[in-house]
Amino acid sequence: MTPQLEIQLIAAVTAAACALVGAFLVLRKTAMLSDAISHAILPGIVLAYFQTENLNSPLLLIAAAGAGVLTVGAIEALGQTRLVKQDAAIALVFPALFSIGVVLISRFASGVHLDTDAVLLGDPAFSWIERLTVGGRDLGPQSLWLMGAVLLVVAAFIALFYKELKISTFDAALAGALGLAPAAVHYALMSLVSVVAVGAFDVVGSILVVALMIAPPAAAWLLTDRLPVLLGLSVGLGVASAVSGYWLARLFDVSISGAMAVMAGVLFTAAFAFAPDRGLVAQARRRARQRIAFAERMLLVHLLHHEHTPEADRECRVSHLQEHLHWAPAFASRAVRAAERGGAVRRSGDQLALTDTGRESARRAMVE
Amino acid sequence: MIELDYTLRTVALGAAVLGLSSGSLGAFAVLRGQSLLGDAISHAALPGVALAFLLTASKAPLVLVVGAGLAGWVGTLCVSAVVERSRVPYDAALGIVLSVFFGLGMVFLTYIQSQPDASQAGLDTFLFGQAAALVGRDVVTMAVLGAVALVAMLVFWKEFKILLFDPDFAASQGFPVRALDVGLTTLLVIAIVIGLQTVGVVLMSALIVAPAAAARQWTDRLWGVVALAGFFGALSGASGALLSATGARVPTGPTIVLVATLVVGASLLLAPRRGLVAAWARGIRNRRVLRVAGTLEDLYTLALAHEDVHYPHPAATLQTMTARPEAVGPTLDRLQRQGLVEPRDDAWALTARGLAEARRLARTRADEHDAVRLGTEAGGSTP
Repeated sequence: MTPQLEIQLIAAVTAAACALVGAFLVLRKTAMLSDAISHAILPGIVLAYFQTENLNSPLLLIAAAGAGVLTVGAIEALGQTRLVKQDAAIALVFPALFSIGVVLISRFASGVHLDTDAVLLGDPAFSWIERLTVGGRDLGPQSLWLMGAVLLVVAAFIALFYKELKISTFDAALAGALGLAPAAVHYALMSLVSVVAVGAFDVVGSILVVALMIAPPAAAWLLTDRLPVLLGLSVGLGVASAVSGYWLARLFDVSISGAMAVMAGVLFTAAFAFAPDRGLVAQARRRARQRIAFAERMLLVHLLHHEHTPEADRECRVSHLQEHLHWAPAFASRAVRAAERGGAVRRSGDQLALTDTGRESARRAMVE
Repeated sequence: MIELDYTLRTVALGAAVLGLSSGSLGAFAVLRGQSLLGDAISHAALPGVALAFLLTASKAPLVLVVGAGLAGWVGTLCVSAVVERSRVPYDAALGIVLSVFFGLGMVFLTYIQSQPDASQAGLDTFLFGQAAALVGRDVVTMAVLGAVALVAMLVFWKEFKILLFDPDFAASQGFPVRALDVGLTTLLVIAIVIGLQTVGVVLMSALIVAPAAAARQWTDRLWGVVALAGFFGALSGASGALLSATGARVPTGPTIVLVATLVVGASLLLAPRRGLVAAWARGIRNRRVLRVAGTLEDLYTLALAHEDVHYPHPAATLQTMTARPEAVGPTLDRLQRQGLVEPRDDAWALTARGLAEARRLARTRADEHDAVRLGTEAGGSTP
């Protein structure tokens, strides 16, 4: 494999793992905990790194999972004192832990693999360099094996505890009543988020991992109502962000992880605007359709009202609608066309007449 | 008095100014439950800094700050657009804006670095902040912007206060709630961009939340929280910046954040009424008072069952009447010191004063019981 392909593969596997855990964060409305965890695991990573001198060591994963669970516990304990609100507790705990990590790095680790820029950004460009060799045989980049294992653990966890995850996400009270231990599920999920964040750490850093965790599942949620589809779409969108981000970065010679986050944002924006049912465009079109449908009914009622009256000749003209119903000419002709298409109105020149169907629906509209 | 040289004085002054404005304006954000909005705004500001530099090739503080402010403001607009027009929840919208804008900022920064004639050195201090790089003109810019924001806060004090505590009432009284909301958010954006160069985009949010969270523990009044948050912010800013500028190789942002966190920790523990220590002491005192009253009443109950009310009863009998038998001994000692009981024949008897006190307690208890019963009946009969 060429380094190019390896980098894309590492990025794609990372994005997939992020999207899977992120989907549950988004659905549980705890998305910002991903931000908190990805920052707060830094001291755990730094201390474990001082021990092992290797960013791909499994010890880092364990230390980070511990740090992540501790962080979430600290946030909840602080919130339970009622002295600060839950969101303020998040905003107090993770900057403090992150600061400790940064101070540790800049005091004791300057110059080695772990510097303060790498913490923020990671860099997929170098992720393929450290190789996994067994008996002199090159088995591929360490990062790829690490992230592959993380992805496998995440997928296995979701498959095994799918029912528990699903019920505790959508109805925590029911999960508790059924004895599904929502609190245990919560903390298990949080330690998975920590493990993924550490695994993704040297690929995308601690801020951009949030983009890969939140943006693809949020976009997917605008596209579907079904959890399995949502998980699949999240992974698809995450991988698409990773690969397209890689090529965007190559094209302009910029930060790969930054470009991946930008692409995740672009895909989310696309879903926000064009999602078939919930997108801005679909919303606008639905409103426009409703407006025309309402105008059509108003037109029918208007015609019914003036039918067979002395002033019918004057009232039942297209040109009169602008005056009587305050419709712009273009809007009036659209409403008339819609009514004609529905077979409710016959038009001869400027003159409008109700058909039998039209009369019937006008009467129905007035009863309603 | 330690003599500060000119650079250190500049640094301390600048950090104090930014702490003052972010602390006091942050108080509004925290009280409105928008603690994490500051995080999104500060990260969203990064592409604005880079873009301002790309477009103007200038590193003048005002240019970069305006760029940062515009980008941060656009970020808040994106958050509210996503929340209002889709089912994506608030915190997911914050997370998306925060990380995507930051990613865009990194793309711009690396693009600038790849340009051959780049004189971009200094832009990356916006990540973690570097107080040591502050010069006089930076501090002047910060002070002017901070003063503008604080004056605006004071001018619209009443409006912001009512927006904070009861937005529905504000709307019903004809206050332009939407405009006030945008105005207050704009002031928050200003407070954040003032600090970006010194604290960095990554940790600026802590300086919004921490001083306010600390100040809230000491007072219940809005002006008290705002003023104290400003003071705590200035204190953390100045001392953190000095620590970082004098100590080697420690970035400023984390140092300031750690100082601010210490202030929060101390406030949570030591604040007179809300503090954890005070609450703990209160709990002990309350439990002790209840135990004393309980044992006295138990002794009174025994006394009533006997023809002589002053007949002594053994502690072991009292121990069978309470959930915490091991506390009966110390409680009796306490009652004896208060002159309410006296030991006689290896047992305990009510004194005359003890009898009076026990009767008073029993009466109060009966009154409370009546009040509760009446209250339930009254509650039951009203719809």
